[in-house]
Amino acid sequence: MFDDFFIRALVAGLGIALVTGPLGCFVVWRRLSYFGDTLAHSALLGVTMAYTLELNIALSVFIISSLIALILIQLQKKTNLPGDALLGLLAHSSLAVGLVVIGFLTFIRFDIMGLLFGDILAVTTDDLLIIWTGGAVILLLLKLIWKPLFASTVNYELAEAEGLNPDRAKAIFTILMAAVIAISIKMVGLLLITGMLIIPAAMARNISDSPIKMVIYSIIGGLLSVVLGLFSSLEFNTSSGPSIIMASLILFILSLLNIKQSIKLKN
Amino acid sequence: MSRENNILVKLNNAGFKQNGKWLVEGVTLAVEKGKIVTLIGPNGSGKSTTAKIALGIYKNIEGSVEKYTNKVGYVPQKISIDWTLPIRVRDFMLLTENIKEEKIDEALSLTGVIHLKNKSLGNLSGGEFQRVLIARAICKKPELLVLDEPVQGVDYTGEIALYELIKKISDSLHCGILLISHDLHTVMTATDHVVCLNGHVCCSGSPMDVARNNEYKTLFGEQASQILSVYEHKHDHVHLDEGEIKKN
Repeated sequence: MFDDFFIRALVAGLGIALVTGPLGCFVVWRRLSYFGDTLAHSALLGVTMAYTLELNIALSVFIISSLIALILIQLQKKTNLPGDALLGLLAHSSLAVGLVVIGFLTFIRFDIMGLLFGDILAVTTDDLLIIWTGGAVILLLLKLIWKPLFASTVNYELAEAEGLNPDRAKAIFTILMAAVIAISIKMVGLLLITGMLIIPAAMARNISDSPIKMVIYSIIGGLLSVVLGLFSSLEFNTSSGPSIIMASLILFILSLLNIKQSIKLKN
Repeated sequence: MSRENNILVKLNNAGFKQNGKWLVEGVTLAVEKGKIVTLIGPNGSGKSTTAKIALGIYKNIEGSVEKYTNKVGYVPQKISIDWTLPIRVRDFMLLTENIKEEKIDEALSLTGVIHLKNKSLGNLSGGEFQRVLIARAICKKPELLVLDEPVQGVDYTGEIALYELIKKISDSLHCGILLISHDLHTVMTATDHVVCLNGHVCCSGSPMDVARNNEYKTLFGEQASQILSVYEHKHDHVHLDEGEIKKN
């Protein structure tokens, strides 16, 4: 059944959308889109490490992204620079280091475009296993930390005062972010992963009035984007990442129309 | 550490320093089951800081805090809801604990905002939001309730009703309350113990003790002192010669 590359890509994409849906909501709520970008940019370094040390790509990306997140936390404590400056520093320097290292690895043929924008041809049966088991673990952990994470998103001090341990939840969430980038890098590409996290969630925000609804719509939006994006990628021979993101953009625009209609109805 | 009788939380010579400046220092107080302790003091005197020390929000403190309960309800002084969060009043009620639907309805009815249950939190007025905050804090039947100016922005009649509710809750749930209030009338009627802060504890004791204290008078002025002493004479009964009590 998974012999066909397109079926593999579809199964992989649907698995990713199930995870990016709820995680993306927290990225929007906690204003972490630039943080997601930073982790994704550092993923290039992870990929080069995978090639040099002959490691699994997802594992190596996960390690590097977690490391970058740790460095960020340390820098925040040690310097007076604002958060976005630190994120920019880490994002671009890790991207630069990654690109320089690639330059040295002349013995390996790199598909840079595939790395940046995703490549559906590259998805193997092993990748499917990683995406679905990894995704299941991510979702399970997210469910476990849901209450403290959500409560501290609303108000940190309330969560802390009422004994929910928000710091632990935040640390786990950071690791989950690194993990979701690791499992989706091959499919969506490192430049567009944040789009996969944010756009379906943003679309969902437009049409929901409660957190749970937003998570559900965000998942549905992501699944639809993957199906629409991959079919058009096949049809027009475009990269998988941009096609999926464009599909989610179209859904976002449709959700804006919905807002206008509901405002008209009210008046 | 052994638990002394009914103490829920105890501060021993506690203080907190931020950016090299003491926000408050040398605070010693204890909140017991069924008792209401009120913090009063001018702006910037460290009332909210003291509450946050008691709640364990501030970690690197001087002195020590002993907390003997995990069932805490907190009404913070300032809270702003981000518009990116789609959250209704009913979702907010479940924020830190899963609570049965009828308990939620009960708490929202007590604070008079049951009609807002399905409204978005971002669309509430200041006073409405305050009532929701109180409802959320009492809904989980806490052992310790910390209220940081809980009735700010609430209309005058609502204010009185809410303070009566708080008193009632302390009696019925037998929980300890740490209250921060500007309203000296309330301090008089409901409070068991008053702590007057001004960067440190300037005086503490029963409301009457504090009202007679000279430091309190210099801090709040003669008039504030009179509010309290007027209250002393506002009894609802008179003592007759033979030791009988006659209700007014």
